[in-house]
Amino acid sequence: MSPASRTPIIEVRGLHTRFGRQVIHAGLDLDVYRGEVLGVVGGSGTGKSVLLRTIVGLNPPARGSVSVFGQQLATLPGAERARYETRWGVLFQDGALFSSLTVAQNIEVPMRESYSLSPRLTDELAALKLGLVGLPAQAGAKFPSELSGGMRKRAGLARALALDPEIVFLDEPTAGLDPIGAAGFDELIATLQRQLGLTVFMVTHDLDSLQRICDRVAVLAEQRVLVTGTLDELRAYDHPWVHEYFNGPRARAARAQGTARVPARAGVTMPATGA
Amino acid sequence: MEDPGWIEIPHAEQSAELAIVHAGGDWTIVSAGSLDRELQALALPAGREVVFDLHALRALDTAGAWLIYRTVSALRARRHKVRMRGGRERHRAMLRRVGASYRPCTIEPPRLATWRRLALQVGAATVGVARDAGGFVAFLGAAVLALLRTLARPRRLRITSLVNQMEQVGFNALPIVALMSFLVGVVLAYQGAAQLQRLGAEVFVVDLIAVSVLREIGILLTAVVVAGRSGSAFTAQIGAMKANEEVDAMRTLGLDPLDVLVLPRLLALILTLPILAFVADLMGLLGGGLMAWAVLDISPWLFLQRLREGVEIASFWVGIAKAPFFAAVIALVGCYEGLQVSGSAESVGRQTTRAVVEAIFLVIVLDAMFSIFFDLVGV
Repeated sequence: MSPASRTPIIEVRGLHTRFGRQVIHAGLDLDVYRGEVLGVVGGSGTGKSVLLRTIVGLNPPARGSVSVFGQQLATLPGAERARYETRWGVLFQDGALFSSLTVAQNIEVPMRESYSLSPRLTDELAALKLGLVGLPAQAGAKFPSELSGGMRKRAGLARALALDPEIVFLDEPTAGLDPIGAAGFDELIATLQRQLGLTVFMVTHDLDSLQRICDRVAVLAEQRVLVTGTLDELRAYDHPWVHEYFNGPRARAARAQGTARVPARAGVTMPATGA
Repeated sequence: MEDPGWIEIPHAEQSAELAIVHAGGDWTIVSAGSLDRELQALALPAGREVVFDLHALRALDTAGAWLIYRTVSALRARRHKVRMRGGRERHRAMLRRVGASYRPCTIEPPRLATWRRLALQVGAATVGVARDAGGFVAFLGAAVLALLRTLARPRRLRITSLVNQMEQVGFNALPIVALMSFLVGVVLAYQGAAQLQRLGAEVFVVDLIAVSVLREIGILLTAVVVAGRSGSAFTAQIGAMKANEEVDAMRTLGLDPLDVLVLPRLLALILTLPILAFVADLMGLLGGGLMAWAVLDISPWLFLQRLREGVEIASFWVGIAKAPFFAAVIALVGCYEGLQVSGSAESVGRQTTRAVVEAIFLVIVLDAMFSIFFDLVGV
C-alpha cells in the first residue's frame, strides 16, 4: 500500500509558526494518512509539540494551512469546529487529567459535554474505556494524584478515547516511564490502533517506540519536515543529524533488541466511524 | 454521510421460536443515546431464541459495540438463547474486544455519612494545626540559631540579597502604604469630627487621630499590607524554588536555605517595616490634619500645637516598637509556608493563601498581646 494511494487525513501545507521573533516552523509540509502510526522526531526545540498543538488548534499558525478530515478547521465557525474536534483525542505529556475529578469522571467529561447519554450508559462506557487501556476497575474512583505516572498516562489515553475518535495525538507517550511501563504502553497503543482503526500522530524521542509501532517517521529539522519515511529509508538518508539519530549507538541498540514488531499489521484498516 | 444507527423487529420475520432483531446503520457514540433508549424499551416475548441480524450494520465503535454486548448479556441473563448473524469479522472482533475489556467500576470515591465526615475533618484539622504549630516553632528556633550564627560571623550575611529584598519589600511598598494610611487618616478625621461636633469638642479630633494612628492603625495597616504584599511573595518565591527542587539542590551544594533564603528576607523586613510604619504615621497624620482643616476648620498650626500638648511621644514609640516583631512574624510565616510547598504548582498557591491568612492573624493576635503588655507597664 503506497502512501500515494491513500487519502491524507491530516494535511499541513506551508506552515509558518513563530513566537515573537523566534521562528519555529517555516514552510512545513506534512501528510498523515488514515490508519497509520506516524512518529514525529526532532532535536529539542524543533517544535514537535508545537506542531501537534498547531494541528489541534491550540496554537494559531502565522501562515499556511492545516486541514484535518479535509477541512481547514481554523476557518470554520466554533460550533462546527467543535463537531470535528470530537473526532480526535489528545494525550498530553503527563495526562493533563483534571485534578479535582476522579479518573472515571475525567473520562466522562467529553461524553457529557458532547452527547446526551444516560448516566448509566456514561458510567458503563467510562468503565469500558478503563478496561480498554488496561487500568484496573479500582482506578476509576481514584483521583489523578493517587496514580503513578504510567497509570496517569493510561487514564489520559482513556479520556482521549472517550468519544471513539478517529485520530489520536500523543505527546511523548513513553517519556518518564520505566522501560517495562514504556514497552507496555507501546503495546497498548499498537493494540488499540489495530482494534479501533485509529490514526496515530505521535511525538516521541523513544527509539524503541519508533522501532516497534510506527509505520512512518517524520523528521523535524531546519524549521520544516526534513524527510518522512520508514525507519529503513531514514537510516539510509543522507543528512548528518538524521544519520546520527537513526544510526547512533542507542538506535542500533533499539534495533537489535526490538526487531520483533508488534505483530499482525495486515487488514488493519477499518472504515472510519461516522464518515 | 451520516447514517444513524437503528434497530428494527420486522413483523413478518418473527415466528413462535425466533425473535429477529435487525441492527443497522452506524452504531457509534453519535447515536448511542437514542439506541440506548430503544434497547432499554425492547420487549421480547419470553422463551424465544433471539437472533441479532447485523447485515445492515455499517460502522461500529466501542460505544455501539457495548450497547449490543450489554443487550445480549441482559437477554442471556433472562434465559434467552441469543445468537448473531451476518456480522462482519471486524464487527465481531470489536464485540469480543469490548466484552473482554469491560469491568464494572465505581465512578466516585465512597461517600461517608455527614457526621463521620465532619468528625474526621475536625480531627484532621486539629492534628494539622498541632503539627503545623510544632513545625513552625522548630523553624523559629532554627531561624534564631541561624541569626545568632550570622551575628557571630557577620561575613556570612548575604548583603546583595539583603539589599535586594529591602528594595522589594520596603522601598517598593512605600507608595501603597503611604496612600492607604493617608486615606485612613482622612476617614478617621471625618468620622471623628461628626461625633465630636455633637459634643462641641471638635479640637479633640487631633488627639483621636494622633493616638489611633500612632499607636495602632499606622503600624497595623502597614503590617497587613506588607503581609499581603511581601509575605505572599516570600511564600511564592521560596515555594516555586522548592517545587523546582532548587532548595534541594542548594542543600546538596552545602548551602543552608535558612542562610540563603530566609535570613535576608527576615532581616530585610525587620529593618524596613519600622521605616514603613513611620511613613504610614506621617501620612495618616497628614490625611487627618487636612481633613480636620477642611471640615472643622482646625488650622495646621492649631493641629501641631494640639499634637504637642495632647499627645505623648510615647504613643509614637509604642507603635514603632511593635514593627520589628510584626515584621519577624510576617517574614517567618511567609518563608516557613514557602518551605512547606511540596511538588506541584497547586501546592504553591495553597501555601501562599495560608501564609497570608496566618500572618495577618498572628499579627493581630500579637497586637492584642502588646496592648495588654503596654497597659500593664502603663505606657
